[in-house]
Amino acid sequence: MMNNLLSGDLPRSRLLSAMLLAVLVGLALAPFLFHGARSLNVAATICVFIVLVASYDLLLGYTGIVSFAHTMFYGIGAYGVGLALHGMGPTWSAVLVGTSAALVVSLLLALVIGLFSLRVRAIFYAMITLAVAAAFAVLASQLSDYTGGEDGRTFKVPDLLQPGFHLLEGEFFGRALDGKLITYYLVFFSALALFLFMLRIVNSPFGRVLQAIRENDFRAEALGYRTVIYRTLANCLGALIATLAGVLMALWLRYVGPKTMLSFEVMTDILLIVVIGGMGTVYGAVIGSALFILMQNYLQVLMKEASAAMVGIPLLANLFHPDRWLLWLGVLFVLSVYFFPAGIVGKLRAGAQARSQRKP
Amino acid sequence: MTTIPHPVTQDSPLAKVRVDVVPLLLVPMLALLMLPLVGSFPTWVTLTVAGLAMGMMVFMMASGLTLIFGLMDVLNFGHGAFVSVGAFTATLVLLPMKGWVETESVWMNLSVVGMAILLAMLVTGLLGWAFERIIIRPVYGLHLKQILITMGGMIVAEQLIHVIWGAEQIPLQLPSTFRGAFIIGDAALEKYRLIAVGVGLTVFVTMFLVLNRTKVGLLIRAGVENGEMVEALGYRIRRLFVGVFMAGSALAGLGGVLWGMYKETLTAAIGGEMTVLVFIVIIIGGLGSVGGCFIGAMLVALVANYAGFLAPKVALVSDILLMVTVLLWRPQGLYPVAKR
Repeated sequence: MMNNLLSGDLPRSRLLSAMLLAVLVGLALAPFLFHGARSLNVAATICVFIVLVASYDLLLGYTGIVSFAHTMFYGIGAYGVGLALHGMGPTWSAVLVGTSAALVVSLLLALVIGLFSLRVRAIFYAMITLAVAAAFAVLASQLSDYTGGEDGRTFKVPDLLQPGFHLLEGEFFGRALDGKLITYYLVFFSALALFLFMLRIVNSPFGRVLQAIRENDFRAEALGYRTVIYRTLANCLGALIATLAGVLMALWLRYVGPKTMLSFEVMTDILLIVVIGGMGTVYGAVIGSALFILMQNYLQVLMKEASAAMVGIPLLANLFHPDRWLLWLGVLFVLSVYFFPAGIVGKLRAGAQARSQRKP
Repeated sequence: MTTIPHPVTQDSPLAKVRVDVVPLLLVPMLALLMLPLVGSFPTWVTLTVAGLAMGMMVFMMASGLTLIFGLMDVLNFGHGAFVSVGAFTATLVLLPMKGWVETESVWMNLSVVGMAILLAMLVTGLLGWAFERIIIRPVYGLHLKQILITMGGMIVAEQLIHVIWGAEQIPLQLPSTFRGAFIIGDAALEKYRLIAVGVGLTVFVTMFLVLNRTKVGLLIRAGVENGEMVEALGYRIRRLFVGVFMAGSALAGLGGVLWGMYKETLTAAIGGEMTVLVFIVIIIGGLGSVGGCFIGAMLVALVANYAGFLAPKVALVSDILLMVTVLLWRPQGLYPVAKR
C-alpha cells in the first residue's frame, strides 16, 4: 500500500526515510507537539512551501526548464482568493470563485508564456519569465485600487476557519479545537494530497517523457514526443499547483501582499530550496523546505549569539549578523550546484546505493 | 550596426554586406512620432533628453552582458551584482572626499568623479576576472547550471555588500556643479543627464571603434560569429573572453556609478532591480549584438519616459509591451546574431 501511495518512488535510503518520516510526523502533530503561534506558523509555511517547491521542481528538476515566474502563479492564487474574500465577504463560495478564477488566469498565462517562448532555448525562457514576473509584481503593487497596493489586503475567512470559531468546547491534548487548528489541517492535508499527486505525475509515463526531455530533448523529439507540448503541459501543471499553494498560503495568513507573495525574494527562496534539497527528486522539496524554513526562523537566533561573541571584530561581526543568514545559504547554494547537484536527497540516495552494492 | 562587418580592405573581393538600416531609424522615428502626442516642444525635449540619458546608462550595463553572451554563450544572471558593486565602490571615493564634491570648482568635481569611476571600474573589472574564474569557468556549456550558479553568485555578492557597507541606504551627493539645469528657451535640460549622455556616447563610440577598427575587435566579432574557427586559426579565444568579461564587468560598474549618482541613494539591490531592464534590452537588441543593444536601450528608455508622461499606468508595463512588439516583428531581436 505504501508503494502505491508513493507511486513506487520510495525514498531508497534509510536515513532519508527517517528524515521524511520525522518531517511528516512533525507536521501532522505540529499543533500538539509545539505550542505558540509562531511554531504553528512555521509548520504551515513549511507545508505550503513543500507544495510550491515541488511544483517548481517539476519544471526545473524534471523537465529542465528554468522559470522565474513561479512566484507570479503563487501570487495569482493568493490574490485570487484574497481579493474574492475581500470583495464578496467571508463565504465558501468566495473561496471557490477566487480559486477557480485564479486557476483559469494561471492556466492561460502559463499557456501563453509557454507557447510563446518554450520553443526557443532555456535561457530565453528564463529571461522572458523574469521580465513578465517583474511586470506582474509592479502591476500588483501599483493598481492599488484593486489590490491594496504595497500594503496588500487583509480579509476575513469563512466562519469555520476563523480563530474565534470553536468546533467543540474544551481542550484536546492541550489544544483548543478552534478555527486556527482546522485551517492548519486544511493546509496540511491539501499539501499532503498535492504532494502525493505530484509524486504520481513524475512517476507516470508522462513524467518519464519529461525526464527524457531534460536529458536530451533532441532525442526525445526523435522518438516521437512533441517536446513543445510536453514542456508546455509541465509548465501549466506547475503553474496550477503553485496557484493552489498560493491559495493555501492566503487562507492561512488571511492576508495578501506583494512582499510576501510576489517579491523576487520568494523566487530566490524557491531556487535555493530546490537546489539544496535536490533537483529532480520530489522528496528534495520536503527536506529542503523543512530545513530552509527552520533555518530562516531559528538560524538567526544562533547567528545572533555568534555575532555577539564577535562584537569586537568589525567585519566578522557583520558576517554573522542575523540578517546575513541568506549569505551563508547563498554560499551553500553555489557549493551544492558544483559538488552535489542532486542535493541532499541525491547524496543520501547515492550513499545508500553504494552501501547496498558493497554488501553482496 | 557593429556586428555587420564592413569590407576589410579595398582590394578584397568580398561582396558588400547589406546594412540593415530599419532598426537604426526606429529611435528618431519614435522621438518624432511622440512630438505631436506630447504637445509642447520644451516638454518633449526634456523627456527625450531624460530618456536618452537613462538609455545610455542602461546601455553601459547591458553591452558587456550581450558581448559575453555572444562570445561564449554564457548568460550571466549575476551581472547586476557588478552594477551594485560599482556604485558602492564609488562611495569609497565620494564620501571621504566630500570637500571636493561640495566645492563649486568644476575641475575638482570632475576629478573626484573621475577617480570614483576609475576605482569602480578597476574593482568591478577585477571582480569580473574572479567571477569568471571561480563561478563561471566550471560550468561552460551547461546552461541550466549557469543560470543557477550566477544567480547564486548574485545573492552572495548582494549579501557581501551588506556585510561590507552595512544594511542601510547610503545617500550619494551629486557634485555641486553637476546639479541644476540649463534653460534653453522653455526647455530645462538637467546637467547631469547631459553628462550621462556624453559619457554614454563616448563609451559607445569607443566600443564601436575598438570592435570595428582594431585587431582585437576583429577577433571578438569573429568569435561571436564562429568561435571554433577563431580557435582553429590559432588564437586563444579563452583569453579574449576573459578580457571581454572583465571589460563588460567594468562597464557595468561604470553604469552603476552613474546610475547611483542619478538616483542619489544606494541600496544593495540597485543592480538586481536593473537586471530585468537589462535583459529586456538585450533581448530586443538581439542576443550578442552590441549595436542592437544600443538601439534597444534607447528605445526602452525613451518609451518608458514618454509613456510615463502620457499614460502613467501603461508605463508600468511599457518595457514588456515594447519587447513583445519587437519580437513579433523580429523574433530574434533587432539584429539577430546568427548561430545558436
